[in-house]
Amino acid sequence: MVGALINQLLQGVLLGGLYTLFATGLSFSAGVMRFVNIAHGDFIVLACFALLTMTTTLGLHPIVAVVLLLPVAFAVGFTLQRFLLQRVVGEKILLVILVTFGLSIIIQNGLLEVYGADTHKVAGGWMETSTIALGPDVNVGLFSVLTFIAAVIVVGSLDLLLYRSGIGVKIRAVSDDVATADLIGLSSARIYGVAMGVSFVTIGIAAGFMSIWSNFDPSAGPTHLLIAFEVIVLGGLGSMWGSLAGGVVLGVAQTIGAQFDAAWQIMAGHIVFLAVLVVRPHGLFPRH
Amino acid sequence: MARTNAAVLQVEGLSVFYGDFKAVDGVDLSVNAGEIVSIIGANGAGKSTLLKAIIGQSNRVEGRVRFDGVDLAGRSTAEIVAGGVALVPEGRRLFASLSVEENLRLGWAVGRKGSIGFDEVWRLFPILEERRRQKAGLLSGGEQQMVALGRGLLANPRILLCDEISLGLAPIVINDLYAIIPTIKASGIAIVIVEQDITRSLAVADRFYCLLEGRVTLAGIPADTSRDAVMKHYFGE
Repeated sequence: MVGALINQLLQGVLLGGLYTLFATGLSFSAGVMRFVNIAHGDFIVLACFALLTMTTTLGLHPIVAVVLLLPVAFAVGFTLQRFLLQRVVGEKILLVILVTFGLSIIIQNGLLEVYGADTHKVAGGWMETSTIALGPDVNVGLFSVLTFIAAVIVVGSLDLLLYRSGIGVKIRAVSDDVATADLIGLSSARIYGVAMGVSFVTIGIAAGFMSIWSNFDPSAGPTHLLIAFEVIVLGGLGSMWGSLAGGVVLGVAQTIGAQFDAAWQIMAGHIVFLAVLVVRPHGLFPRH
Repeated sequence: MARTNAAVLQVEGLSVFYGDFKAVDGVDLSVNAGEIVSIIGANGAGKSTLLKAIIGQSNRVEGRVRFDGVDLAGRSTAEIVAGGVALVPEGRRLFASLSVEENLRLGWAVGRKGSIGFDEVWRLFPILEERRRQKAGLLSGGEQQMVALGRGLLANPRILLCDEISLGLAPIVINDLYAIIPTIKASGIAIVIVEQDITRSLAVADRFYCLLEGRVTLAGIPADTSRDAVMKHYFGE
């Protein structure tokens, strides 16, 4: 009984790692740059399909595919921000939401056109079949552990980037006050581009783990956007380590909810989300 | 110094528009290397607009701004700042959530990368070294103004544009800030001081321009100009 409970809790924590990966890019763009990317989940799914093609058609190992994808993801994020999204920065928030909502629809329908409506999965081989025995009744999948470690590394790296690097200072300055940044000669458009590029790198990493962890289909984006939003709001908008906490809380809530009834998995997550918001409206670790 | 008498900044027939409104109307002025030039004028005379146009932050501009003889038309603010023009904006405009040191580091990052480093800024403003880790938003007004000046200086400008650096500060703090201006000048940086406070800015200036409704109504050397003449052109008739 105790073993089973520990098992469930562990699974929940590890699922939280995956949720954190979904959320870090959004935490960076929405939390820090105040740029709400409604297509965030769809870009994760798009990256999953890119990895699918790279591993099946091109026959690459998933790890190689992810490594190749990351620079492309940065370039896509930077270019998208610089030449499309930057046009609506500073305009009303509704415009940002509309433009990225439009992107979301374009991605979903584009994927439907190319790959059809079937669900897919990337084969992870030994990575997803190996388990680690931690005790008599406690086993965890190697891949879940790898995912969690990746989440910790991504969160830690983003935190270092933001608070210990030169570009991090610039990003926080633009986040503080765009007009002043431009006035003293910081080129805010370029900095927004770099920040979105970084956000897209985390989208590529998230897709690497999600494409092996679970099935995906062209319409899976919005569900992942919702999870990402709940994670960053739970953790505290703009706080990198907060999103790890938010991911773990959501993961544990869902896993325990699923114990009562499989249908309760998603609902339990939403209920905990709302409950935390009532107690701590600014999330667990508010940025300021 | 070969450049001592060369104009660092030349503004020729500059007009700036906000919609149909002409905020700056055909202004000519020049600033020589190592010179302090004061631009005085009442609220709304176009002083800040003029500075913004020089730094490349105005959309609709007619006329020319030359820096070291080179026309700045079409250059971005980032390029202009990296070339050696730095602005200390009105109202200080620090990044409140960043530390003092981070705010200063941004000045270096956008600037010309010269001999002025953190040591020089700490020497000018010892209090800032003590407060280097504090968030800029938590400093007093005077300290914030020091950070804003330090940020501008760390860009290693050839010309520093100071917009209303005395605004909202106590007289004793203003005295301290203005005591530093000649030190900055001594290091060879040309300085443009924009102020509503005539007495203060004319006391340190080598030359001055008086703006009224976007036009230069009077220009000269403070010592050669009577107080009455200045007041007449400051307020108009």
